[in-house]
Order: sequence, then structure tokens, then C-alpha cells
Amino acid sequence: MQVHKYDVLIVGAGGAGMRAAIESGQRAHTAVLTKLYPTRSHTGAAQGGMCAALANVEEDNWEWHTFDTVKGGDYLVDQDAAEVMAKEAIDAVLDLEKMGLPFNRTPEGKIDQRRFGGHTRDHGKAAVRRACYAADRTGHMILQTLYQNCVKHNVEFFNEYYVLDLLTVDEEVTAEDGTTYTQKKTAGVVSYDLANGEIHVFQAKSVVFASGGLGKIFKTTSNAHTLTGDGMAIAYRRGIPLEDMEFVQFHPTGLAGLGILLSEAARGEGGILRNSEGERFMERYAPTIKDLAPRDIVARSMANEVREGRGCGPNKDYVLLDLTHLEPEHIDAKLPDITEFARTYLGVEPYTEPVPVFPTCHYAMGGIPTNVEAEVLQDNDTVVPGLYAAGEVACVSVHGSNRLGTNSLLDINVFGKRAGIAAAEYANSAEFVELPENPAAYTEQLLNVVRDGQGGERVATLRAELQETMDANMQVFRSEQTIKEALAKIEELRQRYQNVQIQDKGKRFNLDLLEAVELGFLLDMAEVMTVAALHRQESRGGHYREDFPDRDDDNFMLHSMLFNDPEAETEGTKGIRFETKPVVFTRYEPMERKY
Amino acid sequence: MSTPTQEVAEPASKIDLAEAGGSGGEIPSFDITLKVRRYDPERAEDAWWDEWTLTMYGTDRVLDALHKVKWEIDGSLTFRRSCAHGICGSDAMRINGRNRLACKALLKDLDTSKTITVEAIKGLPIEKDLIVDMEPFFQSYREIMPFLVNNSPEPTAERHQSPEDRERFDDTTKCILCAACTSSCPVFWTDGQYFGPAAIVNAHRFIFDSRDDAGDMRLEVLNDREGVWRCRTTFNCSDACPRGIEVTKAIQEVKTAILTRSL
Repeated sequence: MQVHKYDVLIVGAGGAGMRAAIESGQRAHTAVLTKLYPTRSHTGAAQGGMCAALANVEEDNWEWHTFDTVKGGDYLVDQDAAEVMAKEAIDAVLDLEKMGLPFNRTPEGKIDQRRFGGHTRDHGKAAVRRACYAADRTGHMILQTLYQNCVKHNVEFFNEYYVLDLLTVDEEVTAEDGTTYTQKKTAGVVSYDLANGEIHVFQAKSVVFASGGLGKIFKTTSNAHTLTGDGMAIAYRRGIPLEDMEFVQFHPTGLAGLGILLSEAARGEGGILRNSEGERFMERYAPTIKDLAPRDIVARSMANEVREGRGCGPNKDYVLLDLTHLEPEHIDAKLPDITEFARTYLGVEPYTEPVPVFPTCHYAMGGIPTNVEAEVLQDNDTVVPGLYAAGEVACVSVHGSNRLGTNSLLDINVFGKRAGIAAAEYANSAEFVELPENPAAYTEQLLNVVRDGQGGERVATLRAELQETMDANMQVFRSEQTIKEALAKIEELRQRYQNVQIQDKGKRFNLDLLEAVELGFLLDMAEVMTVAALHRQESRGGHYREDFPDRDDDNFMLHSMLFNDPEAETEGTKGIRFETKPVVFTRYEPMERKY
Repeated sequence: MSTPTQEVAEPASKIDLAEAGGSGGEIPSFDITLKVRRYDPERAEDAWWDEWTLTMYGTDRVLDALHKVKWEIDGSLTFRRSCAHGICGSDAMRINGRNRLACKALLKDLDTSKTITVEAIKGLPIEKDLIVDMEPFFQSYREIMPFLVNNSPEPTAERHQSPEDRERFDDTTKCILCAACTSSCPVFWTDGQYFGPAAIVNAHRFIFDSRDDAGDMRLEVLNDREGVWRCRTTFNCSDACPRGIEVTKAIQEVKTAILTRSL
């Protein structure tokens, strides 16, 4: 076991992690731990753009962007956080341009902007051009540009180091009113070096979680194989709550049967959705902005068309994304990558044929709760000193119950930067917290159990069963019955997980072992997600309950907070404590959400 | 390129679809023989070959076949992968002797009547099965200063760049650093010191960016004996690029720039 010491550790090297590292690296002794090479991170798969009210091509302002974000999130957004994000969006885009990001340009040489779902002029009057973009590979360009700048600033990376545990120390604190509570303090992380199987303990004053989402809970997903909820699960196991985990975004246009993402930019550039009768069905569901309604609405509308028998194809199980009325030159200039995906993976020529699409699991709105300084909360308002989170792993909450397109690339830049600065500043003023005794004991135990398991259960089998039940029961339509079915299956899988057996017993590049550990994370997160979904007896944003089809502000205008607590029980599930957290309102009163 | 103010004509509410629309139907299945070159110094000193017969489907990629082996037959088979749709650059490997991304190589596009062979990319040290040490590759990348250098004072808003200037280096911005090009280059195989196509592509991306001021420094680096002049224009790199970058053309442009700019 090796022990390292850094002021700041960043866990994850996607957009949020590297944006944080650029800031932190210039202020404090910083290292980035990543289970992949940095340029492999899934930020690179984001396509369409990053919104900021630059007003380069038409009138716009950040207040409209704030409103759209709040309404898009079906009012579960913390409005102070949304305001920070929309305001700082402008500098976030300009920062990236100055770092070298090759944005598409207007004829005058300014950053070009295009339309995106849910982004409107003057509080919903019409779609607005707000998304700054680099063709349909904006995420790729952001990831590359941030990595380039990490190289420029000599940021230190530990590549293919899997972080498997967060080290915290509990301290009894007496509050001003005389009551006592347990204060968590950050001591470091434990990580596993893929190359040789060695355990490394990293002591740090600040730890920033920027490890991304958990899309692999579902079978049909736009997410990478490596998005297994590690950061959320590690924090949860160590007593950090998770917020709003029931809210998962299903992106409307995944390639049918495969889930590979086709950007909303396709609709921003004029593409439309059609059913088997050739109808532009979004006219019925969102008469004003039609195909550019927010993703939850479009995804549900598509699923409804299929359910009512107007799906396409031999099994009538998808709808069509029609780009055939667009000029091929326009498609080539603005949407080259996604049209290539359609050709490569489905053999469809988008110039002349509509592309089969169906919703695909895309994004976790929930995650590790933070305030706008990216500081992690151990309850509704107690900060864990030295612990930060940013990006998809975090819940600020700027996305509420449904994230608007482009706001994730924005989130990672705005809150990644904030996390990096805050983590470094804290480290520069704080002392190291002493490591707990035997800091690697938990991690060694976790690995040994999996490595020595003889029970005969295969990781891939359990994972496939989990993904099937989640697709069948927890997708865009949910009900008490389907959620309970998923939960029962998850409990069965958690039992069977105790009998997992792997084949590779070696030390070098043992991905067989790591996949088993990742499955453990997925199962924990699936349980939290379903319990939260069962509890929320209303429909809001990405969470739609057929048994409770309306939004219920009286009872559910609250964030869900789920704690790992062996003593507790929630919705019949042992080991989970359920609490709520109020939503922050500043300017906008909840209204009915129409588009 | 269209201008941002151009309006797309409002599409019809309803159209007649030619047929059911899109592809579809029963996905055909077929058997393949997959042969993978294995290496694991914990198990054996020398590399060996393993072979499996698998039933696969028409939409499956080589990556799906590798996963089928790893998940159902032999968990020790080891390879890198992440996004699984050609964006992250993790799974470059030699498939039937050609560098491809396993997630972009559809099985139906290969000759499935013959054995499909998969090996690690060449020219980088093999660590285990299909995993190579990427460090030498990234070292070359870092040496060409892969970041924008602009010495003029920062404007309050963005730096301007015309669409034409932006277009000038568009092709080389597509690089995903998968190493398919570099590890297909015969010069790189015999001389590991050669910068290799990917590093030159990434230098090109900045040399031809109108906002950048360090082009001459990069050209000087690439004018080195291990630089662009080692390129023998075999076009292996262009053929290997999963992003369709005209790699050899980019290298030629860098060579021309060295000759025409006074260093």
C-alpha cells in the first residue's frame, strides 16, 4: 500500500474534473485520479452545444435562460443555483474560447449560436438561438480543450486509478444552541491502480468528486460502459445523502435498439419527429415549440405514440427522426457525426431516409447534494469541510426534475470551475485531517470478497437482469406496480450479488474484478433510485407516475434526500432513510408547464 | 456553410412515408470464429492465441463479440472500452490486420466466413491481451504543445475568427487520440522515437488556427530528425483513422509549412 499526500484531489477527468483541475492546479498541489485516460471521458460524447445568453445572433439575456432552466426542471430547480449558472454561462463560454475551443462562427467571426429544446425568448414566447456549438461534437471539443489546457498547466494525472472509497472522519460538534451533531471531515480517498492491482491511499485536504453519472443502470442508454455511478455510491456508502435520485433523463433520440445518442441539435437545425402515419406528432403535445419541447415531454410523447400503436418498423416500437427536408450541405456542416452514426450503426442514409429513434437513458439529474460553492452537504445545510462535487455526480440543483439540453456542458464548466477554486482555497487555509486507522481496510475487504467469491453468479448476468428490469419498469412511464417490480428484482439481485464469482484472479489490468465492483455500485444506486421513485407519488419532469399523473406541489415540491442508514426503513426497504429538503425560490412562482 | 439567420422551411405536418420507414425487420444472426492474440505475463511468458465460435447478430460490432467472450466465456480476456460508439478512442485494435475501433467495426461488414483475428495495436508495449501502454503515445502528443498559445491581450468578449479561418483546421479537430493512425505507421513500428501521425495531426490543429501564435515553435519541433520528415507517405494512417481525418494530407501541409515559413 502506498500513501500519497496532495492538497487537492479530483476524482474523475471529464469536463467537470478537468475544469476544476485547471483552476486548482494553479493554486494548490493537485492531482486528478481517473479510471480512464482523461480524453476517454464521456463528456466527449456530448454533441449539440452549450447554452449562454451571449446574444450573438439575436436578443437574449441570462434571466430568460434562468427562467427556461427553472421551468424546464418543472420548478424543482433551486433558483439561486440556476441564476448562478445562467449568469456565469457567458464567462464559461468565453473562457473556453480563450482556451482555444474551436466554436462554429458567425459571418462576423463571433461564436455562432443555435436553437435547442426548451430554450426560449422572453419566458417561452419562441425558441431562441442560445446554444454555442462546434458542429455536433461540442462535448468532444470541450473535453479536448480542457485536456489541452491541463497539459499546458502541467496538471498531474493518475490514469486508470479507480477510486473505491472516500475517507472521512466523524467529529462530535456542539452547535450554538447547545445541541450536538456529528460533523464529517474529509481525509482523502482510496484508489486501485488498474495496471498492477496496488492500493493507493491519497491523503488530501480537499476532495472533488467529478466522476459522472450512472446510465449503465439501464439497458438502453447513451452512456458509456464505464458510467456506473461510482462517485455517488462511494459517497452514499460513507453516509453522504443523495438528492433527487428518482429523476433520470431519457433522451428522446437514441438510435432505435442501440441507444446511441443523436443530438437534439438535429431538431434545433430543423429535424422533426414523425410517427408511422407520417404525422409530426409533437404538434399535439407541445403546440408552440413542438419538436423543441424539453426532453422529458418529447420522450414521453414518443413513448405514447408507440404505445398507442403509431410506432414504426416491423415491431412498431420506434418513431422516426426526419431530416430529409434539410439540405445535405446543411446536414454535413452542422450534424456530421450523428448522421454518420445512423449510417454506420443502422445503415440508414439521413439525406433520404428518416432515422429510427427511441428514448435512451441519458442523464441523472440527482446526485451528491452541494451548495452553489460546490461544497458537499451531509444533510440539508451542513457542509462537509473539504468535500466538493461538480457535474453529473452532483445535485446543486440546477436541473431539478428535468435537465434542459446543453445545460450539462454548462454545469460542468460553471460548477467545475467553482469547485476547483473553492477546493484549492480551502486547502490553502486548512490542515490535513489525520487518516483513519487502516485507511485501506474497507477497500481491501471489498476487493477480497469479490476476488475470492465462489458462489458461481456471473457479473454480466446480474447486470443484464438489472438493466432489463430497469428498462421495463423505471423508464419514461412508471407506476407503483412497475416500481415495486423493479425493487423486488433489485433486492433479489443484491442477494445474488453476494455469490458473485469472477474468473480473472490476476493483478494486472483486472477489469473482470472492477466490473464486479462497479456492479455493486449500480445495484446500490438502482435501489436508491427506485425507492425515491416509489416515494414520489406525483408526476414531475422526468419522473412520470401513471397512477399519479399530475404534479403535486402541495406535497412534493421538495427535494428527496436518501441516506444510507442501517437502522432505517423507507417504502419497505431496509437500510434507507428518507428525508426532504426545501426547494429554493427566488423570482419564479410555479406555473403549469406548457410549451 | 449556411448562415445562422437562415430559416429552415416549416416542414409539413404530415407526409406519406415511403415504406414503414427506416430499416428493421428480423435481425439476422450468424456464427463467427473469433481469434484473439492473448498475452498475460502473470500466466505465461509468451503470447498465445485463443479461438471461440460465437453466435452474433447483424447489428453487432467486434466489441460485442469481445464482450460476449468476456461476459459469458472467459472473464480474463482484457481490453479497454468505454463509449462504444467511436467517440472516446479506447478500443483501437488490429482487426484482420487493420487498425480499427472495435466499437465501429460491424461484424457483418467483415468476411464472417473466415476467422476474425484481433490483436493489440502495434508499436506500443503490450501490457495484457489487447491493452498497450499508451504513455509513449501521449508523450509525443504533449511534446508538440497541444494547446492554444495567444500572446495578445485578452479581449473582454471572444476572439474573432472568420468561418473560413475556422474551417481551415476543422478536419484535425476531430482527433480522438485513439492511436489507430500512429500504430499503423511502419516508420513508428521500427522507430519508436518518431512523433507519429497523431502528434502531427494535433500540431496541425493549432498551426493552422488563426488565433494561435506558437506555430513556428511547433514547426521547429516537427522539423526534428524524428519529426515530419520521417513520414514516408504510405497513407496507412489515413486509412486507419476512424474519424475520417485526412491524416497524410495534414502531415503534408505541415511539411509545406516548414518549407515556406522562415524558422
